[in-house]
Amino acid sequence: MPLLEVKNLHVEVEGKKILNGLTLTIEKGQVAAIMGPNGSGKSTLAYVLAGKDNYVVTEGTVRLGGEDILGMAPDERAAKGLFLAFQYPVEVPGVATMTFLRTALNAQRKQRGEPEFSTPEFMKRVRETSAQLGISQDMLRRAVNVGFSGGEKKRNEILQMAVLEPRLAVLDETDSGLDIDALKIVADGVNRLRSPERSMVVITHYQRLLNYIVPDVVHVMARGRVVKSGGKELALELEAKGYAQFAGEAA
Amino acid sequence: MNVELRNTKTAAEQGLSDAFAAARSTLPGKGALAGLREAAFNRFAATGLPHRRIEEWKFTDLRALMREAKPLAGPAGVKPKGDIAPILSGVEAQHVAIVNGRYEPSWSDLKGGDAGVTIEGVFEFLAESPDYRLGQVPGSDDPAHWLNTAFMSGGVALRVRRGVAAARPIHIAHVFSGSAGAAMYPRVVVIVEPGAQATLIESFSGPEGVDYQVISALELVIGDHARLDRIQIGCDGGAALRVSSLGATVGAKAGYRDFTFTLGGAVVRNQSFVRFAGEGTEAALGGASLLKGRQHVDNTLVINHAAGGCVSRERFKSVLDGESHGIFQGKIIVEPHAQKTDAKMMTRALLLSDAAEADNKPELEIFADDVICGHGATTSAPDAALKFYLMSRGIPAAEAEALLIQAFIDEAIEEVAHEGVRKALMFAALKWLGSRS
Repeated sequence: MPLLEVKNLHVEVEGKKILNGLTLTIEKGQVAAIMGPNGSGKSTLAYVLAGKDNYVVTEGTVRLGGEDILGMAPDERAAKGLFLAFQYPVEVPGVATMTFLRTALNAQRKQRGEPEFSTPEFMKRVRETSAQLGISQDMLRRAVNVGFSGGEKKRNEILQMAVLEPRLAVLDETDSGLDIDALKIVADGVNRLRSPERSMVVITHYQRLLNYIVPDVVHVMARGRVVKSGGKELALELEAKGYAQFAGEAA
Repeated sequence: MNVELRNTKTAAEQGLSDAFAAARSTLPGKGALAGLREAAFNRFAATGLPHRRIEEWKFTDLRALMREAKPLAGPAGVKPKGDIAPILSGVEAQHVAIVNGRYEPSWSDLKGGDAGVTIEGVFEFLAESPDYRLGQVPGSDDPAHWLNTAFMSGGVALRVRRGVAAARPIHIAHVFSGSAGAAMYPRVVVIVEPGAQATLIESFSGPEGVDYQVISALELVIGDHARLDRIQIGCDGGAALRVSSLGATVGAKAGYRDFTFTLGGAVVRNQSFVRFAGEGTEAALGGASLLKGRQHVDNTLVINHAAGGCVSRERFKSVLDGESHGIFQGKIIVEPHAQKTDAKMMTRALLLSDAAEADNKPELEIFADDVICGHGATTSAPDAALKFYLMSRGIPAAEAEALLIQAFIDEAIEEVAHEGVRKALMFAALKWLGSRS
């Protein structure tokens, strides 16, 4: 059974149709890249998977591990092992990063009927990962993302992913706004989390990120659906030829 | 203020007149003090209770909100067991109890007192301090202030001697004790002499279901180079009506921090009138209100920069649930010669329900030209994008919202310098949040 099965998904945002019969299958342990031009619906797919509330599904199904998740609240989806790394992580004033991580982790464990993490156990998990991602203790004490640089925010997303250990991670344009050094740190962080038990959907506009996070498959989106799928070489082809070839196809 | 003569009195106004006629001969203080009471009541009687057409009171129409005048509260009984103000349990302080509007040494715990700090009954203080002119503070030209002056039944005078740093906070606990509604009119005088330092906590509390009334007045004189941190904590019972007036005169190069925390009461108005009389003073006036049900809480502030080179920051936050109504009125006046004034006012209201209402009325009256002044106000529901972010990490909706509200209100409470009080207020806010779900 595939980990994620999206079938004939139609989504509207404020009355405007964005996803238009999207079908996508992600296998367990697979890293899939989703590429496509601006406006093709990549970020909408990410949000609709995570359960953002102004995204209206008019048709289709989404199954995670065989379970229909479209009726679930965002927190329930997270507890089922879905994680979205935001393209633009928000600043959460007044909530310390450490408090946030612990609250999130224990909320998920509670929903799954697992015991809460003890403080030392939790601290150990955060310290190890934050060190690898170059996130200082000071950043962990500060309010979530407040005053963080673009790169720090993206690293913080990967830290959250590492702490929460999802089985499906959706990375929405994690490369946007990063210089090459920051990109490498983030990609290394993601690669360390690759495992046969964890699938990833890497959404990106550019091929550059895929030099560092090498995908198993590449799907191309245009006009709200997947129009082409292939191996990692498809990304290179897109880089060379651009997206113009798909412009009219899905209309 | 506007003076409007009326022939018809409301039931509450008639009740107040009757109460004054009955009590005038027995209220404490003779001679000049009796004359002061008489004059204040006459001024009140001429205008009556403030109402919505009086600009300063437009959001808190006391004529409509105060249905009847309660009888004057009687003497306190025996002190009940436990902390006089449970919200402050564990905070090391000299506890000064003003019960039903009268100083009650037997309910107080001064812990032997602190060097350079004197606390005595307000009328004893006035009798031995002929130079002190009661009521000569900003904001005394106000109906609630007149009522307090007319009926003041007791209170304390607190003095921190020149150059002394008070060892412990002084906690003035206003308590209503009784099972039937009555009115109390406490008067407190606080003098922080030049170079002195103190933390003053003023709390208001009373039983949950009793419709008691409090018309309190605090006059504050802060000397040159003195520092005062004042924290007012409103934990009144849910049926209480309270109007608290603060009139403060602040000297030169002083430091004044003031924080008003309001949880309880059916109708509450905290009105603060602060005058910077000397140059180079720094002041921060802030507040946090957590309201639910049909609570009505009005924080009104008039800051008068009468001397140059003073810095003032006004930051008020409110969280409004149910059908509650939160009001913030802030006026900053910069007098013509008060150059180099730096005054900034910010108010934020967080609405948790569609039926809650927040009103903000900021005003700047600037008569000097070389100043930095500004104000801002926001009213919003909890941020949907933030809530989604927290939920996407597995935090359920109610918990995500509570976390955001807590962060919002804690940011205001952070202003409280005293660690113990700060923690106590944050804990009270957390408890309030817990009571929502």
